[in-house]
Amino acid sequence: MTTAAISPTIAAYASEFAAVRASANSNSSSWLTSLRESAWAEFEKIGFPTTRRGNETWKYTDLGRLDRETFSRSFGEISLAEVKSAAPWSDDWQTAVVVDGKFVAGLSNNLSGAGVSVTELEASAAADEAVIKSALGQVAKVEGNAFVALNTALFSGGVFVNVAAGVETEQPVHIINIVTAGADNRASYPRTLVTAGANSKASVIESFINLSDGPQFVVPVIEVSLGEGSTVTHYRIQLENEKTIHLGTTRTVHPANAVFNSTSFATGPAIGRNDVHTLLAEPGAETTLHGLYITNGKSHQDNEISTTHEKPHGTSHQYYKGILAGKSRAVFSGRVVVKPGAMKTLAEQKDMNLMLSHGAEIDTKPSLEIYADDVKCAHGATAGHVDKNMLFYLMSRGVSRHDAAFMLVAGFAGEIVDEFQPAQVSEFLYKKLETIIPGLDSEGIL
Amino acid sequence: MLEVTNLHAKVADVENGEILRGLNMTVNPGEVHAIMGPNGGGKSTFANVLAGRTDYEVTGGDIKLDGESIIELAPDERSHKGIFLAFQYPAEIPGVRPWQFMKAALDAQKEARGEKKLSVREFSKLFDAKVKQVKINPDLMKRSLNEGFSGGEKKRNEMLQLATLEPRLAVLDETDSGLDVDAMRIVAESVNALRSPDRSFILVTHYNRLLHHIVPDVVHVLVKGQLVQTGGPELAVEIERDGYKRFMPEPAAAGA
Ligand SMILES: Nc1ncnc2c1ncn2[C@@H]1O[C@H](COP(=O)(O)OP(=O)(O)OP(=O)(O)O)[C@@H](O)[C@H]1O
Ligand SMILES: [Mg+2]
Repeated sequence: MTTAAISPTIAAYASEFAAVRASANSNSSSWLTSLRESAWAEFEKIGFPTTRRGNETWKYTDLGRLDRETFSRSFGEISLAEVKSAAPWSDDWQTAVVVDGKFVAGLSNNLSGAGVSVTELEASAAADEAVIKSALGQVAKVEGNAFVALNTALFSGGVFVNVAAGVETEQPVHIINIVTAGADNRASYPRTLVTAGANSKASVIESFINLSDGPQFVVPVIEVSLGEGSTVTHYRIQLENEKTIHLGTTRTVHPANAVFNSTSFATGPAIGRNDVHTLLAEPGAETTLHGLYITNGKSHQDNEISTTHEKPHGTSHQYYKGILAGKSRAVFSGRVVVKPGAMKTLAEQKDMNLMLSHGAEIDTKPSLEIYADDVKCAHGATAGHVDKNMLFYLMSRGVSRHDAAFMLVAGFAGEIVDEFQPAQVSEFLYKKLETIIPGLDSEGIL
Repeated sequence: MLEVTNLHAKVADVENGEILRGLNMTVNPGEVHAIMGPNGGGKSTFANVLAGRTDYEVTGGDIKLDGESIIELAPDERSHKGIFLAFQYPAEIPGVRPWQFMKAALDAQKEARGEKKLSVREFSKLFDAKVKQVKINPDLMKRSLNEGFSGGEKKRNEMLQLATLEPRLAVLDETDSGLDVDAMRIVAESVNALRSPDRSFILVTHYNRLLHHIVPDVVHVLVKGQLVQTGGPELAVEIERDGYKRFMPEPAAAGA
């Protein structure tokens, strides 16, 4: 291996880390401090993955901007009313509000629920050391991953969602991550740790809302440490602006019979990445990874979706749908690895794309790597245009061409949007679609 | 109401191969016309050309509705003028719910005609009544439009749309094909319920059976893109008995 090219902008991140290090006082957990230190060391070693040649995991996504522009943490202000108008909100939910990457208790609501506690991760690091230490950085590992490393070194506060064993919740935990207006080139590192006790059942919504119209750098990491037989349902909403780089990471480790379901809605950024890996480490584990990406203009959305089956009787479903317009690009890189001995695995992968313009481009590569016998796996990918036959059917009833095309595009999206629960969340997304879809550069289809 | 003169049409973006080759037809207000004819004769093409499908190109002749040519009108504009096509093979449309679709369609029609739109409550009441009228399983209304509907359910859904939109000229393209006896009766009832002095129907069918329930004023035979015979209901009886042999062009004359 040649030495990694270290970005000329790294110095800026180094001075930030120096500040984090300096502010670590006697209140900080020493194990957390050393976790941050090792994360920083890893980041310094590998740098940003901006080298183009031989860079398989970033083959379709060019991060060159990170070598030229610097982003650093800074924190704006926002009122509760602004938060409520920007994201779905219910007083019945447990809501954590994270502003420019920092957990803000004063804007949050209902944090201690029955069986589910939502706290600041850093503040809980000492008190809940036993639970947190064995999970934080263990599920989302820093090794070889610049963005997990950077997030681990620099996150501000973080959110810790702890679901007690056996608890089944009715209401979700909602983590609202907001980038405020008022400053450009902000970096934010939202960090969430979810620990789910044995046989518990809970759902976590993460909204990423950007209220600024300038370039920002958003690097969230969520790691989910599942208990045996537990089920965590995760909804991820990424509503970005077209100048921002948003690189999100989701990691889970599954003990026996643990289930992780995740549905993602991603639109907007200059460069977006939704990097999900679920590790089915013990028998009978299950994961469903669904998502919708909508790209327009010059935006780029990369979906890096992977599952590793290590033990028998695991099930994984990957289903992503894309709507591409303008000169945008999207990537679906689905990967399922079935390790030797993971018999009776059931794995499905599918990526479907609706292309609204000739200038848009999709790189879709669902891949299965199967090293075990007696497995059932299937994969496929499609890319098509708005169906003329359907358009005619709708228009023949009196609906205008524009409205008919809207219905078809929204209908394509609807299959994924309908999965968002509670219904208030899918309604929120449908409302967004009412402005997003007509704004797509579709060469006159819409 | 409808006046079709010397209509020629072919598939758009192919060179030759006219499917409609000089079709003439006049439908007066209140009349029911049946079109019968052998497979591939051009019945569905004619129905789709009336509704404005752009896959076909009109290469000659004219279609007039109330004295005005509609050739240049888009499908939605024709619909606003009261034309409705019940499709032989209705499209399956993922993610579009029948209720929302019909509400949007009726709204668009009312708006185009300068009429007042129905409120959500008014529309719901109307739609529920129509669902009952055509006896379509209400659970289907929660699904995507036609997606996974059985053949008969799709046809009933076409009748539901017909009943909801109350067009002035309804073209039913083999709505009776593949229907059980009860469903056939519902199609007939839907049409008969709408029959009025200012509303007309064109029924494309292969079976005289439907015509027992909906007695047509005129029966046409469409062969190779032309109406080769026009008569009364007795023509349908003859066709059922003797087939289309006598209407087919002589082999020697074919291609002339
Ligand atoms: N879009 C199209 N592309 C190519 N050929 C077409 C197209 N539409 C119709 N045709 C051809 O035109 C001819 C007439 O077809 P059409 O569907 O109108 O017949 P039909 O009378 O409705 O037949 P059926 O009784 O089987 O429904 C057929 O030969 C058909 O293959
Ligand atoms: Mg036909």
